[in-house]
Amino acid sequence: MKRIYLDYAATTPTHPEVVKAMLPYFTEEFGNPSSIHSYGQEAKGAIEEARAKVADLIGARSEEIIFTSGGTEADNFAIKGAAFANESRGNHIITSSIEHHAVIESCKFLEKRGFKVTYLPEDEHGLVDPEDVRKAITGKTILISVMHANNEVGTIEPIAEISKIAKEAGIYLHTDAVQTVGHIPVDVNELGVDLLAMSAHKLYGPKGTGALYIRKGTKLVSFMHGGEQERRRRASTENVPGIVGFGRAAELAQQEIGGEVERLTYLRDKLITGLLEQIDHTRLNGHPIKRLPNNVNISVDFVEGESMLLNLDLEGICASTGSACSSQSLEPSHVLLAMGLSHEQAHGSLRFSLGKWTTEEEINRVLEVLPQVVAKLRAMSPFLKSQR
Amino acid sequence: MRDVWSLYSEKVMEHFKNPRNVGEIENPDGIGHVGNPVCGDIMELYIKVNDSTITDAKFKTFGCGAAIATSSMVTEMVKGKSISEALEISNRAVAEALDGLPPVKMHCSVLAEEALKSAIEDYLAKRRGKDNASE
Repeated sequence: MKRIYLDYAATTPTHPEVVKAMLPYFTEEFGNPSSIHSYGQEAKGAIEEARAKVADLIGARSEEIIFTSGGTEADNFAIKGAAFANESRGNHIITSSIEHHAVIESCKFLEKRGFKVTYLPEDEHGLVDPEDVRKAITGKTILISVMHANNEVGTIEPIAEISKIAKEAGIYLHTDAVQTVGHIPVDVNELGVDLLAMSAHKLYGPKGTGALYIRKGTKLVSFMHGGEQERRRRASTENVPGIVGFGRAAELAQQEIGGEVERLTYLRDKLITGLLEQIDHTRLNGHPIKRLPNNVNISVDFVEGESMLLNLDLEGICASTGSACSSQSLEPSHVLLAMGLSHEQAHGSLRFSLGKWTTEEEINRVLEVLPQVVAKLRAMSPFLKSQR
Repeated sequence: MRDVWSLYSEKVMEHFKNPRNVGEIENPDGIGHVGNPVCGDIMELYIKVNDSTITDAKFKTFGCGAAIATSSMVTEMVKGKSISEALEISNRAVAEALDGLPPVKMHCSVLAEEALKSAIEDYLAKRRGKDNASE
């Protein structure tokens, strides 16, 4: 059976061009970038070339890019790094309730260390109101962290507006842009952010590589100690093949982004419209317009997400859910709950995330299969009485 | 997303794909209703009893693959059993009959046991009601 992958927001396949660019750096170009000899200097050159490409993709300067092991590290680095470096000025952080766990858990960690954190509410579409940010600011606020777009529901947050408020108050602004970089145009100056986290494997690059954009002059405590790498901000021998792959992925994204946004938006809207038309008692989660071009998230009443996923998987369709029947807590997605969904609706959510290799034929297949899956599961749902 | 194939045994997947005894029983002798929307599992179990023997069992379940498979399995296990035998069916027995469940899914087998117990209690309560009425 030909499988249909619609979980690009979880991870993307590495682009064959990216793999090709990486391969020599495992073998003949194996040098340690810190070495003085030619092997080292060649590796060093490759890293700097990749850094320039990643910087270019987000309108930054090369020296403002610090490579990390991924998006989670970049978020941890930004939040803990800014908090500890600015402790003398205050101990208050503002974030949203729908952040990735990398941000939320970093904030919770800081709360245990004496920091105060405000978790802003969202509206029913998952949008943060910049006015709420303004109201939450105190004399002790040192950092605001709001994600660029949500990984579950695809809502794109008003970062540029939040930035104006942060700038007026002289507070650092971090954004987790893991879901947007490479997928929609991202420019650090248009967004007005001081810190921005990204991850290579979400844009057809390799896993285990990410980066943090740090605006020149931003005070941040180093993430790792033990070497001179990454301007002393992040010690450790660089992941040269990973970084080279990230660079190539950034370059490819920049070339293809325009056409892809248009193509995916069309497929996304076709899937959304088709599902809402064909299956009654469904709703779209997230914002109808301010939305990632590749994100479809729906709640299907009366049925649970994992059982839908399993049935889809049996038909070769790979998607994701905000239900959490197998997590220890059994609590469904914090994002969906924060948007005001009931527990049943959150457990009945499905996310399809589209990507470079998604075809219209695949979308048609989902539109054919999911209504059957829902009908089968609804026939055994205790929320619906049998027709007698 | 999780790898569903390593998550569940073949038996669980078989019951998930072709669940037995789905539906409601008209005029059941006992109904068990357990679970809650917070944890994402709700089970309804219907039993028909004749001469202290469970002659039929059906279920309706809102829940994950394991919840559906354990519901299906428990309805299979109780058919033909006496009330006292059915009360002996433990969640472990249900899980074992399915060739095991992942640790995080063991609560689904607990729910199946509770649904069965609750249906039997409902049956016994109704019977006590009838006995009292006839006195």
